[in-house]
Amino acid sequence: MAKHHVSAIVNNDPVEFLCDTEQTLLDCLRDELNLTGSKEGCGSGDCGACSVLLDGRLVCSCLVLGVEANGKNIETIEGMATGDKLHPLQQKFLEHAALQCGICTPGVLVAAKALLAKNPNPTETETRYWLAGNLCRCTGYDKIIRAVLDAAAEMRKGA
Amino acid sequence: MQERVKGPKYNIIGTRPIRPDGVDKVTGRAKFGADHRVAGQLIGKVLRSPHPHARIRSIDVSAALKLPGVKAVVTRDDFKDQASEFVPAGEMLINYRDVVRNIMAREKALFEGHPVAAVAATTDAIARAALKLIKVDYEILPHVIDPVEAMKPDAPLLDEEMFTAGVTPPPTKPSNVAKRVEFTLGDVDKGFKDAEVVIEREFNTKPVHQGYIEPHACVASVSEDGSAELWTTTQGHWIVRAHCARLLGWDITKLRVTSSEIGGGFGGKTVVYLEPVALALSKKAHRPVKMVMSREEVFRASGPTSGANVRVKIGARKDGRIVAAEAVLKFQAGCFQGSPVQPACMCAFAPYDLENVKVVGYDILSNRPKVAAYRAPGGPIAEYAVESVVDELAETLKIDPIELRLKNAAKEGTKAAYGPKFGPVGLIQCLEAAKESAHWKAPLGKNQGRGVAAGFWFNIGGETTVNLQLNEDGTVTLMAGTPDIGGLRASLAMMAAEELKIPYEKVRPIIADTASLGYNFLTGGSRSTFSSGMATVEAARSIIKQACGRAAKLWEIPEEAVTFEDGMFRPAGENAGKFQPMSLADIAKVAGKTGGSIVGVGAISAQGAAPSFGVHIADTEVDPETGKVSVVRYTAIQDAGRAIHPSYVEGQFQGGAAQGIGWALNEEYIYGPDGKLQNPGFLDYRIPVASDLPMIDTIIVEVPNPRHPYGVRGIGETPICPPMAAINNAVRKAIGIRMFELPLSPPKVLKAIKSAKKA
Repeated sequence: MAKHHVSAIVNNDPVEFLCDTEQTLLDCLRDELNLTGSKEGCGSGDCGACSVLLDGRLVCSCLVLGVEANGKNIETIEGMATGDKLHPLQQKFLEHAALQCGICTPGVLVAAKALLAKNPNPTETETRYWLAGNLCRCTGYDKIIRAVLDAAAEMRKGA
Repeated sequence: MQERVKGPKYNIIGTRPIRPDGVDKVTGRAKFGADHRVAGQLIGKVLRSPHPHARIRSIDVSAALKLPGVKAVVTRDDFKDQASEFVPAGEMLINYRDVVRNIMAREKALFEGHPVAAVAATTDAIARAALKLIKVDYEILPHVIDPVEAMKPDAPLLDEEMFTAGVTPPPTKPSNVAKRVEFTLGDVDKGFKDAEVVIEREFNTKPVHQGYIEPHACVASVSEDGSAELWTTTQGHWIVRAHCARLLGWDITKLRVTSSEIGGGFGGKTVVYLEPVALALSKKAHRPVKMVMSREEVFRASGPTSGANVRVKIGARKDGRIVAAEAVLKFQAGCFQGSPVQPACMCAFAPYDLENVKVVGYDILSNRPKVAAYRAPGGPIAEYAVESVVDELAETLKIDPIELRLKNAAKEGTKAAYGPKFGPVGLIQCLEAAKESAHWKAPLGKNQGRGVAAGFWFNIGGETTVNLQLNEDGTVTLMAGTPDIGGLRASLAMMAAEELKIPYEKVRPIIADTASLGYNFLTGGSRSTFSSGMATVEAARSIIKQACGRAAKLWEIPEEAVTFEDGMFRPAGENAGKFQPMSLADIAKVAGKTGGSIVGVGAISAQGAAPSFGVHIADTEVDPETGKVSVVRYTAIQDAGRAIHPSYVEGQFQGGAAQGIGWALNEEYIYGPDGKLQNPGFLDYRIPVASDLPMIDTIIVEVPNPRHPYGVRGIGETPICPPMAAINNAVRKAIGIRMFELPLSPPKVLKAIKSAKKA
């Protein structure tokens, strides 16, 4: 079957790609657009390593079809920093040592960014429940939660 | 968070700089196993057995080969059989006779998911279509999943030629019991006669998976002259090279292996699954081949750790002194022998200074994937059972559980039941820290209980090479070969900078490939910061020595007359003050004119790895309506020897605790009567998520290891040993009922609460 032509905005850049009907947005990002920052940990929406923002909404890109991205605005981990300046979440993750192996980190960061856009002053519990869809096997989440809360505090100061 | 563990004796050791690989990991730039692609690559897929036990009569791949886009198919016929021989792999042993059968089924498929054939094709869809065209003629055989069932004389046999080793007289009939091991110290029968209290209990645990978030993945490219490149996510690329060269019959030098960033391993990436298959496919197809496992494949066909049946008997005097300890451990190995029952036996009673110990272990085959190492392989299972009985002993004798452990704690000079005498160890310090902690003294709420447990792991050293290049501007490139999973590059750069008296940022560490650096054993056994750290220090000291030589040459004075202090090379003795001091950068700038590049190599077999003891405190709250156990407060205390980068030491404590909490409360492999795994996904195999856990407090105890230049002990594995018992003991306090089986899932706990009410 012929491939579908998809036009979208990814990290503020216009992109076009061809994809099969069954190809996921995650596979399109990784294989067609070479944006390998989003990871596949499960392919079933359970681990959150593929988290991206689709028109501002947090989704598992493994559960979205590539064709569904047509005309949409997509934000991935690759678009989080501005030039040389890391996003406060990225900076706090480094300072708090909130990553060990780092495979879940892109998804956690994208999800945390979505949380802070909705709720700039989350409690620890709110943060834990928001990130419950992002599995991390290395850290026990302690330093991740601390980094998100610290980044939120800093962003509130800056706002 | 302890700001700094020790006083500022060092400039850099003990501080918390940002890891060198950090920015790449928060921006999505870091390349993991599945992130690599090469021009012209094919996609490789594996056909797996749908049966837990079946003889393979024939495999017909002709239809698959005819499908347009299919470039190669491999089966058992593409791998030469291997002689039976055990070789060390991490803290476990492997046998190539079994490895060649594990990567591709030979006579029989031995578990559901066992690879039977593999295809390389131009697209993922064609590869999947080709798998459906392969015809395998199976003779289905009866299967056995449960280890106790597998031990019975009439159980279906996985290996008709397996006679139990380690029993006298040798058995005359084959069985699923691969071996019996025994460790004894003193005389347990006499010990139990002297006991005033004896407690004997039996425990059961289920297999659990390492649960790394990154599935296995690799890209293999074999050229027409037989040289090959392999990119893979692994804990040890020299080990991968050795295994693949052996399985394929190639010269080691033909194979260059690069380790990608690794998305978690926990022991599970110390073995090969896809790599030899991808290489064989690439050789046949004359094209690069990329293979990535799905999550379901990871669960079905990569190693979980053993489930086990453990009986523990402890005898003590009324004052709490343990006089005899005995344990029998029956471990599932999966479909080939080699469960971690031996290390489990060795560490069962290691936290205690005992005179009379007997531990017997059995290694049992069943129709499950072959187990792989999982963080302190075997330790958590044995220590869960022992530490639960120790807790019951304390309760029976009405002694505080920390006090009881202090009365029996192993210390410097204690002879462990498994052989060696301990050097300086920190168990007593950890117990004292636990006793003094705010957590131990805090009040508990309704339906809550507090438990404590100790943990132990041996830790290893081994072959290690580190290369330090002094660059012409005075910066340093550090090449290590133990894959960095949790901050290793930061720790190594810190040790190099401390030795060379240069800023941390001036050292750039990388993980080198197998063609660029001398041999390195894998990242496992909590060895990488210990061993690669030791090799880094040796390489750095070599650079200083060479630099002294260069300064001596410039100043035309003897090498011994040059000193290195505070980062400066100075003339000493009668030449003191005669020449301007030089920095390492000054010497680097003129290296070309004074003898060429300055390179320090540390090529060692690291000796003197020291064990690490830990103590965990867990508070649990049990919902009496549902039986759900929540961990509401947790503290992990452990002897790190010396914390090079305290944040990553804390991270190991916290991560091990979280994995242990998952093991205690949720995680288990569930098989149906058909011998098939029913929960091969993260939805049904539920690892702890952020909302399941509290903050995990840490206390780093430092009893330096005298055999390491900075006092380092391995710390990665010990933290997974205490959690199951700490939680089991806490649940006992919360509901007044002692449980003997993991996981402590809500239905099981609820049932116990209900039957206690009836009684």
